[in-house]
Amino acid sequence: MTGLLSMAYLLAGVFFILSLSGLSSQETARRGNLYGMVGMAIAIIATIAAPEVKSYVLLIPMIVIGGAIGLRLASRVEMTEMPQLVAMLHSFVGLAAVLIGWGGHLSAEASYGVVAQAAEHMGAHNGAEAAIHNVEIFLGIFIGAITLTGSWVAWGKLQGSISGKPLMLPFRHGLNIIALAASLIMLFIFVGHPHGALAIVLLLLMTIIAGLLGIHLVAAIGGADMPVVVSMLNSYSGWAAAATGFMLGNDLLIITGALVGSSGAILSYIMCKAMNRSFISVILGGFGSDGGSAAAEDEEYGEAVSINHDEAAELLKDADSIIITPGFGMAVAKAQQAVAELTEKLRKEGKEVRFAIHPVAGRLPGHMNVLLAEANVPYDIVLEMDEINDDMPETDVVMVIGANDIVNPDAIEKPNSPIAGMPVLEVWKAKKCIVLKRSMATGYAGVQNPLFFKENSAMLFGDAKESVQALVSKV
Amino acid sequence: MTLNIAVPIDTTAGETRVPVSPDTTKKLVGLGFNITVEKGAGAQSQFSDQDYIDAGATIEADVAKLYASADVLLKINRPEETHPATGKGELEMLGEGKTWISFLAPAQNADLLDALQAKGMSAISLESIPRISRAQKMDILSSMANIAGYRAVVEAAHNFGRFFTGQVTAAGKIPPAKVLVIGAGVAGLAAIGAAKSLGAIVRAFDTRMEVKEQVQSMGGEFLTVELEEDGAGAGGYAKEMSKEFIEAEMALFMEQAKEVDIIITTALIPGKPAPKLITEDMVKAMKPGSVIVDLASPNGGNCDCTVKDEVVTAHDVKVVGYTNLAARAANQASTLLSNNILRLFEHLCEAKDGKLNFNLEDEITRGCTVVHEKEILWPPPPPKLSAAPQQPKKQPEPVVEAEPKKAKAQPIALYWLIAGALLLGLGKVAPADFVGHFTVFVLSIFIGWQVIWNVSHSLHTPLMAVTNAISGIVIIGSLLQVSGSGSALVTALAAIGILVASINIGGGFAVTRRMLNMFRKEG
Repeated sequence: MTGLLSMAYLLAGVFFILSLSGLSSQETARRGNLYGMVGMAIAIIATIAAPEVKSYVLLIPMIVIGGAIGLRLASRVEMTEMPQLVAMLHSFVGLAAVLIGWGGHLSAEASYGVVAQAAEHMGAHNGAEAAIHNVEIFLGIFIGAITLTGSWVAWGKLQGSISGKPLMLPFRHGLNIIALAASLIMLFIFVGHPHGALAIVLLLLMTIIAGLLGIHLVAAIGGADMPVVVSMLNSYSGWAAAATGFMLGNDLLIITGALVGSSGAILSYIMCKAMNRSFISVILGGFGSDGGSAAAEDEEYGEAVSINHDEAAELLKDADSIIITPGFGMAVAKAQQAVAELTEKLRKEGKEVRFAIHPVAGRLPGHMNVLLAEANVPYDIVLEMDEINDDMPETDVVMVIGANDIVNPDAIEKPNSPIAGMPVLEVWKAKKCIVLKRSMATGYAGVQNPLFFKENSAMLFGDAKESVQALVSKV
Repeated sequence: MTLNIAVPIDTTAGETRVPVSPDTTKKLVGLGFNITVEKGAGAQSQFSDQDYIDAGATIEADVAKLYASADVLLKINRPEETHPATGKGELEMLGEGKTWISFLAPAQNADLLDALQAKGMSAISLESIPRISRAQKMDILSSMANIAGYRAVVEAAHNFGRFFTGQVTAAGKIPPAKVLVIGAGVAGLAAIGAAKSLGAIVRAFDTRMEVKEQVQSMGGEFLTVELEEDGAGAGGYAKEMSKEFIEAEMALFMEQAKEVDIIITTALIPGKPAPKLITEDMVKAMKPGSVIVDLASPNGGNCDCTVKDEVVTAHDVKVVGYTNLAARAANQASTLLSNNILRLFEHLCEAKDGKLNFNLEDEITRGCTVVHEKEILWPPPPPKLSAAPQQPKKQPEPVVEAEPKKAKAQPIALYWLIAGALLLGLGKVAPADFVGHFTVFVLSIFIGWQVIWNVSHSLHTPLMAVTNAISGIVIIGSLLQVSGSGSALVTALAAIGILVASINIGGGFAVTRRMLNMFRKEG
């Protein structure tokens, strides 16, 4: 029977790998998702069918209720609120990992006598194995707790219920190190005395410390960097699952956890590179906030030129090639439908319209792609930064919709700018640049954007959706 | 007393230009000068005597009288020993204490400077005007180089039996000509532009890295050698390069010679014989019918086969060695030249009183004045600013480049050693069960690693959602625990675990599905 279960797990693992590789291209992505579902179904059914799982009365309603809640959440969510949902789902994985860790410890505690006897009997449960098992429990809970609370904070920041500003506690790196060190010391004590009241207290204390650490790590990161954080939490949730797998000696959990953990880490790494940030400092939290923000703000930039809808429409009518650069502002204003409509209209007139997507536009990697896809913009005219940056100088009009930091020339031109070195969309190289924006406020990085003051730039103030709709009617 | 500027016919062989056009004559008269032009001086540049008279000049047919009446003698080439009309030397005809203005090549002509000094003359050498931004408007070398570069392409096209542009015609396909331009100075850049606009594929090579963008802006492809050495010297010229660099360069030229149809060489280092860049072997390697235009031919030529002032055929390759390409576009050259010279006069005569003011404190005046008041002023102090950014001199040592790579390899090996040692250490203490799990764990990380690198950016969000759903697999842990020990607390915890993990699984997959359904391809 265990052989059967193992094979089912192996099959599920293979399906998960196929699922991830399926998602690497548009053509196979849907199939990839299906593979994931099949793998999950196999794993769950096989586990339930296993002889040691008996409490069907309890577990089946739980799965049904949980699944229903999940489906409902997923079908209700606005596409612009996708990042929040993903963050929240991460917290569930973290929570489950913490619960399983505790469960593992408590059940071991309950059956302590039995296990000890059995161990003596078989001579297999030696000291090293017990120690490793306890380390696994400890790590599972630790990573799970960080994921849980970190995801809460990320959710809050994305939702706007917590300020997007990075929380700058004095001595914050020190706090992190103390938390880590304290956990490490407790780990050693715990491994030494894995039974009785002391162990429970230690575990409880560690859970709390890890929870606080999770909160602190994410709170120190500005709202603009949430895409990286979400993907980092994704990675953490994978490691939590892997740790759980070790604890239970379950290969499927290990495989899946490692897959998710490494994929999340790579996604974070790719994004960090796109923002020119150090990967290490992201993992440790509080990046992009050292010094820098104190950069001189009193610099004179000159005056920005404001235009009205008619003038903007004229510019679009005269242009042959147009690039649209959306940012978080488009998501906030829910302007994607109007943008798609404008695109279609312009394309019907024979103009070349393309989209330039910065790797960190929006609040989630690929956020803009999802929104544009929702609005039925064909994905083959939606291009990445590297694909389109070289075409900027030959472009007649670039329309920047609610983007700021990702089109800031300071990143290239001013070495002491807080965002210096970050690759940006070089929209200012186009012949004309129309910037749709609500006000002259700065972006998340809090730096002024000289793009607005360039000679070939024009500001079109107002809500992005209304502005684009006005343009649709006038073009 | 206003000065009389005499403009004779330049009797040097092949010279067609005249340093003063009717237009600039008018302006020079406005500066207070008298202009006397020899009869027929502008004829080859399509300027008639009447044009000069209309502009306010006097026409003089008698050469001896022209020289005798001159205060300033303005021509293009250096003084002749014997003038064909009178049989006397030009300096002799001019007499003592006058001013001579022309190209003088002071670096090569020390004896000429001595002669000028002996006669108490002042002399301005046109090519010695410093190449600084303030003096750009009088930079005759650039004007002439511009024409020479253009003309080089025209000469090449003239001697090349094929189209420059590629075409597909009913009579067959014509490949575009491939042009290699060596030296991307003014002449080189002009040649690149001209060849490009005729439709050729243009490549260019220069030792100065700073010109790469200029080459690209003209539509040329910039070739480089593997060695890093910047050849920017003072005054916008290239300096001489190290031996290693030259070897790499020659290898590149050899390779290109086999491929290209036309080579235009413009490599000149002022005051030095032109470097030999195109060897006879390279000429042999070129396809029959190819053309080489050697703009360095006045200084001996960049090509071994160049014959001064002639078009020769060597190994089925035509080698154009005209020394005075600018003169082959006489009207254009005279117009630009006379404008530059007008600017020079404006600079020397700021008071507009018809006199020349030799202010030797001024960098431009100091630079171009080679003899004044019985003193030889050549060479001038070095120019203060170079067009090239000042960079610390790099020594071209290929060894240095190889070293960082070695240094990098060491830590990587070290990391693997440490990782290996750790693994072995772990294997020693850990039970077999754990080792099995650990193997699975590490291999899975690598699979994830490999799989994710290929994900297209637009799919990052769905990918994250799906991995999130998959990480709901922790539900298995709870499933196993829920009916385990019988402890009520454990069962309750596990039940909650199942609930939240189910939310995660359901939500994750559903949201991924929703997102993916929105992506569509056009059509």
